[in-house]
Amino acid sequence: MSLDLILRIGTKLILPFILLFALYVQFHGEYGPGGGFQAGVITAGMVILFAITFGLRAAKRIAPQALVERMVPLGVLIFAGTGVLGLLLGHNYLDYGPLAHDPAHGRVLGIFLVEAGVLVTVSGTMTALFYAFAERGR
Amino acid sequence: MTTVLPHLPALQVVIPLLGAVLCALLRRPAPAFGLALAVSWLMPVIAAALLWQVIQGGPISYHMGGWAPPWGIEYRVDLLNGFVLLLVAAVGAAIMPFAWHSVGFEIDEGRRAWFYCMYLLCLAGLLGIAITGDAFNAFVFLEISSLSSYVLIALGRDRRALLASFQYLVMGTIGATFYVIGVGFLYLLTGSLNMVDIAQRLGPAWAEHPRAIVAALAFVSAGVGLKLALFPLHVWLPNAYAHAPSWVTVFLSATATKVAIYLLIRFYFSIFGVAIAFDTLPIAQIVIALSIAAMVIASLIAVFESDVKRMLAYSSVAQIGYITLGIGLANQAGLTGGLVHVFNHAVMKAALFLAIGAVFYRAGTVNLAELSGIGRKMPVTLAVFTIAGFGLVGTPGTAGFISKWYLALGALDQGWWVLVLVIVGSSLIAMVYVGRVLEIAWLREPTPAIARASDPPLPMLLPILLLGAATIYFGIDTQWSAGIAEASAQALLGGLR
Repeated sequence: MSLDLILRIGTKLILPFILLFALYVQFHGEYGPGGGFQAGVITAGMVILFAITFGLRAAKRIAPQALVERMVPLGVLIFAGTGVLGLLLGHNYLDYGPLAHDPAHGRVLGIFLVEAGVLVTVSGTMTALFYAFAERGR
Repeated sequence: MTTVLPHLPALQVVIPLLGAVLCALLRRPAPAFGLALAVSWLMPVIAAALLWQVIQGGPISYHMGGWAPPWGIEYRVDLLNGFVLLLVAAVGAAIMPFAWHSVGFEIDEGRRAWFYCMYLLCLAGLLGIAITGDAFNAFVFLEISSLSSYVLIALGRDRRALLASFQYLVMGTIGATFYVIGVGFLYLLTGSLNMVDIAQRLGPAWAEHPRAIVAALAFVSAGVGLKLALFPLHVWLPNAYAHAPSWVTVFLSATATKVAIYLLIRFYFSIFGVAIAFDTLPIAQIVIALSIAAMVIASLIAVFESDVKRMLAYSSVAQIGYITLGIGLANQAGLTGGLVHVFNHAVMKAALFLAIGAVFYRAGTVNLAELSGIGRKMPVTLAVFTIAGFGLVGTPGTAGFISKWYLALGALDQGWWVLVLVIVGSSLIAMVYVGRVLEIAWLREPTPAIARASDPPLPMLLPILLLGAATIYFGIDTQWSAGIAEASAQALLGGLR
C-alpha cells in the first residue's frame, strides 16, 4: 500500500461534505451569499480533488468527458429555456411570474431553475477546463 | 401572428442563442449547419418585421422579464438600430450557404459543430448589442460576440491564426474594459444604465461634474474605437482578418465592426450629444483627423500588401475611416453618408471576401503573386470581385459611389473642400490596390497551379452573385438604403443640443 493512505481516505471522507456544501450554497443562494456559480465551482472542485488524488482516469469514470462537454450547453439551455417558458405562457421573455399561480412563487421557481442551469454550466465548464489542462502533457 | 409580434425583440436575440446551444448539443456538422442555416434565414425576417413596425408606429420598447425601464433591461428598436439589425441579419443569411463547402474545406470535422455554435453565439451577441437599450447589457453582448469571434478566428488553418486571435483578445479585452469603465462613470453620475434615462440625466450632471463626463466620453470612445478599429487602434484587425477562416472573415468584416460603429454613434448622438453641446469639446476634430489618417495611411499600406486578404483588411480600416468621417462631420449629408456606408461597405466587403474565400477554396492560396490569370479560370467569381472592387473605389453606378457622394456633400456643407480632395485621393489609392489584383487576375497567363481552378459550386457561387448584384442595385436604387440612413441621421441630429 502506498504512503498516501491518509490522503486517499481523507479525500473519500471529505468528498460528500464538499458536495453537500455545494448544494447548500446552491439552494441558499436567494437568501445568503452563494448561488449557482459558486455551487458549480465547488462541485467542480470536488471532481478536481478526486482527480488529483485518484488520477484522471478514475475521475473520468465518475464524470465522463462526454457528459462534461454536454453539461456546458445544457445549463445554458435550462437558463434560456426557463425564459422561453415565460414567453410560451404569454408574458415577456425571462418573466418568471406566470410559472406559478402566485407571481412571487413563480419568480422563486424561475430563479431556482435558472440557478440550476448556472450550476450545470459552471460545474461542466470548470471540469472541462481542468480535463483540458490535465491532458496536455499526455 | 399577433401573439408573436410583441415578442420579436426578444426572439431576435433568443433564437440564435438557443440555436448556438443546440448546435453544441448536436455535435455533428450536418445537423448543426442545418440549424445555423435555418436560424440565419429566420433572423432577417424578424429584423424586417421589427423595422416595418418602427416605420409604421415609431420606436418599439420591450421590457425584459416584465420589469419596466429604467430598472429593468429595455430592448429598444428605432430606425437606426432597426437598420443595423436588418443589415447584420441579412448579411448572415446571405453568406450562410457559402459556409458549408468553405468550412468543410478549412475546418476539421470534429470542430465544425462547435464552429456553427460559435457563429450563432457571435450573431446573438452582435444582434444583442444593436437591439439593447441598456448600456451595461450592451457590454455583456459585446463580450459574448467578442469571445465567440476570438474562437472563430483561432479556428483558422494556419498556426498564425492563434497568434492573431490572441492579439485580438488582448486588444478586445482592453476595449471592452475601457467601455465598461466609461459606463461605470455614467452610472456614478446618473444612477442609471438605461440609455434613454442616462441621456436625460446627463444634462443636469454636466453642470456639476463636467470632467467626469469627459472622462466617461473618453473611455467609451477609446473602448468602442478599439472594437471598430478606428485608425491607430486598428492593429489587431489585419492579422485577425488575414488568418481567420475565409467565411469568418466575411462575417466579421461585414458585421462586427459595423455594430461597434453603431454603438459609437448611439453614444455620441443619443447619449452624450443630448446633454453636451459638442462644440465645447474637440470630438469632431479628433474623429475627423483620425478618419483622414485611416483613409490615407491604411489605403497606402493596402497597396503594398501581397496577401489579398490582408490587403482587403487594410482597405477595411480605410473604409471605416470614411464612416467615422461621416460621424465627425455630424451634419445631415455627412452622417447620412457615414450611415449608408455602414450598409454599403458591409455589402461590398462581404462580396470581396466571399470571392477571395472562393479563390482560396479552389486555388488554395490568396497570395497575389500565385494568382496569375485566376480570372480566366474563375470568371464569375472574379467578375463579382471586380464589380465590388469598383464599388470600393466609388465608381458611379455602384453602392460605394452613393456613400462617397453624401460624404463629399457633407464636407462641402462644412466648407471643407480639402476633405473632398482627401476623399477623392483615397479613392484613387483604392483604385491602385484593387487594380493590382485585377491586373494579375485578368491580364496574366494562368500558371499551372491555377490551371485546375474553376468557379466554385453553386451554394458558394449564389451568395457571391447575390452580394455582387446588391453592390450594383444599391448604387442605383438608393431609396431603401440611403432613405433610411437619411431619416436616421435626421433623428440623431434632431436630438443634439
